[in-house]
Amino acid sequence: MIDQKLIEHIAKLARLKITPLEATEYGQQLTKVLNHFQEIDKINTQGVEPLVTPTDIEFYERADEVHKSYSAEDMVANAPEKAGQLFKVPPVV
Amino acid sequence: MDLLKATFKQVSDAVQTKKVSAVEVTKFFLSRIERMNPQLNAFIALNSKALDEAQAIDEKVKKNESVGPLAGVPFGIKDMLCTKGLRTTAGSKILENFIPPYDATVVSRLRNAGVTILGKLNQDEFAMGSSTETSFFGNCKNPWNTAFVPGGSSGGSAAAQAARLAMGTIGTDTGGSIRQPASFCGIVGIKPTYGRVSRYGIIAFASSLDQAGPMVSSVEDAAVCLEAICGHDPMDSTTSQRKVPSFSSELSSNVKGMRIGVVKEYASGRIHPDVEKTYNLALEKLKQLGAAIIEVSIPLTEFAVPMYYLIAASEASSNLARYDGVKYGFRADFKDLSTMTLDDFYSETRGQGFGAEVKRRIMLGTHCLSSGYYDAYYNKAGQVRRLMRDQYIEVFKSCDVILSPVTTSPAFKLGERSSDPLTMYMNDIFTTSTNLAGLTGMSVPFGMSADKLPIGVQLTGAHFEEQKVLNVAYALENVSSVKLEVPHVY
Repeated sequence: MIDQKLIEHIAKLARLKITPLEATEYGQQLTKVLNHFQEIDKINTQGVEPLVTPTDIEFYERADEVHKSYSAEDMVANAPEKAGQLFKVPPVV
Repeated sequence: MDLLKATFKQVSDAVQTKKVSAVEVTKFFLSRIERMNPQLNAFIALNSKALDEAQAIDEKVKKNESVGPLAGVPFGIKDMLCTKGLRTTAGSKILENFIPPYDATVVSRLRNAGVTILGKLNQDEFAMGSSTETSFFGNCKNPWNTAFVPGGSSGGSAAAQAARLAMGTIGTDTGGSIRQPASFCGIVGIKPTYGRVSRYGIIAFASSLDQAGPMVSSVEDAAVCLEAICGHDPMDSTTSQRKVPSFSSELSSNVKGMRIGVVKEYASGRIHPDVEKTYNLALEKLKQLGAAIIEVSIPLTEFAVPMYYLIAASEASSNLARYDGVKYGFRADFKDLSTMTLDDFYSETRGQGFGAEVKRRIMLGTHCLSSGYYDAYYNKAGQVRRLMRDQYIEVFKSCDVILSPVTTSPAFKLGERSSDPLTMYMNDIFTTSTNLAGLTGMSVPFGMSADKLPIGVQLTGAHFEEQKVLNVAYALENVSSVKLEVPHVY
């Protein structure tokens, strides 16, 4: 059961402001979804390594060399608020 | 030349031999978009440089310089893929004004092959949905009947292709998002094996499941497009270094002796009679063509939907953490930054920037990854995923390709299913296990419902066995009774 207290905790972890109406709705929906999904508990997985990359790919390694990429101007061009080449944010210290 | 029926190869050959110019081809499709897109809402951004790109191809041809195998073929691109200088939103308000500084590898490879980019295609927000109803830019409609959804998440790609607003389109598939809309709109769509196509520059939803692929009008075009986009990319270390086969030249409709697997567990599911009829017809045709039908068992496929949503939501909650209103995208309107905390700044921006379905999945994923729940949900799903993947590997020792329905029903009406998340999620029963196991899967049109809506069948192949899947699809396409059907907006 995902109660309102747990929903508020999850929203805080996710840095997601939700309205009281959304909190009630998500609480009910996630409870229903997770109750259904709990059926995977039935499967014995003792000692099984979780699978992340599903194909056997030989991971590619490359030399750690500096390459020319994009200019700082290009990289800050999409910033909602900036000061020169810096991103503007609330005080962090 | 009838551009509505021509293949990629025919158009590219005609452009290279100056029988038609790339500019003429591009103009033809731009005028179709202008005429039909207002009804469909498939394109959500147009490339203002499309004609310049076509002109550049024509000039190269004039100077006898080499142009690629897709010279002058105009494409639409799902809005999950970054396109340099052309707005890319993932269908979300949070990226409403994002102009990428670079192209996704898939896009740059298409350009190198001579493609001109017409614009960007509508989708469910961050590819989370099966109906394109969660897009911030409004619903996209099914060209066969605009009261119905085109499917999703690559609904814009499927609708644009079905109505021939482009010669080809690209979609992405995390749990069925290429195959399901391809089936709903009567086009061909293939999700390549995980690691076949670079994910560089594709907006990440669930990184261990995401793959991009062609959504086109014929199996041959799918093969030609795959050749252009597949292969190792130094920018994505999960791409395979295997050689990419010459899919189009090895295309064969001879399925004599091929072993077609039929999944025992799928027989118990409730499916629409028209879908069942289409599937049985495909099975019958393959038998007539000399294929052997073999019953196979993948018991854990029954748990694919729970596994999929636990894993996909977890990966999404992590991937979507980057949308914070700092470096790009939407930022809530704050009067005074100096008096607020960073957490409030993030929460407000994200609360306003994401839509309801995306928030629901971020909440689900955050919960599954949080302390005290990680082992029971994310970790457990990963363990079951390995067991199911191994069942598939075993099954592909005794069959070449698995035939199944794509979805439980044909396209549904707009608004009909979007209110209950669990019902919507359970629609993905036939498509999600392909992504979880990293396999290749394809939808090819093979029937029509009583309501005159297309129905596809799904072919699933072992890792890196796209050729086998393409060949069976090619055989089915050859004997299909629906390939000449066209949507009403045509």
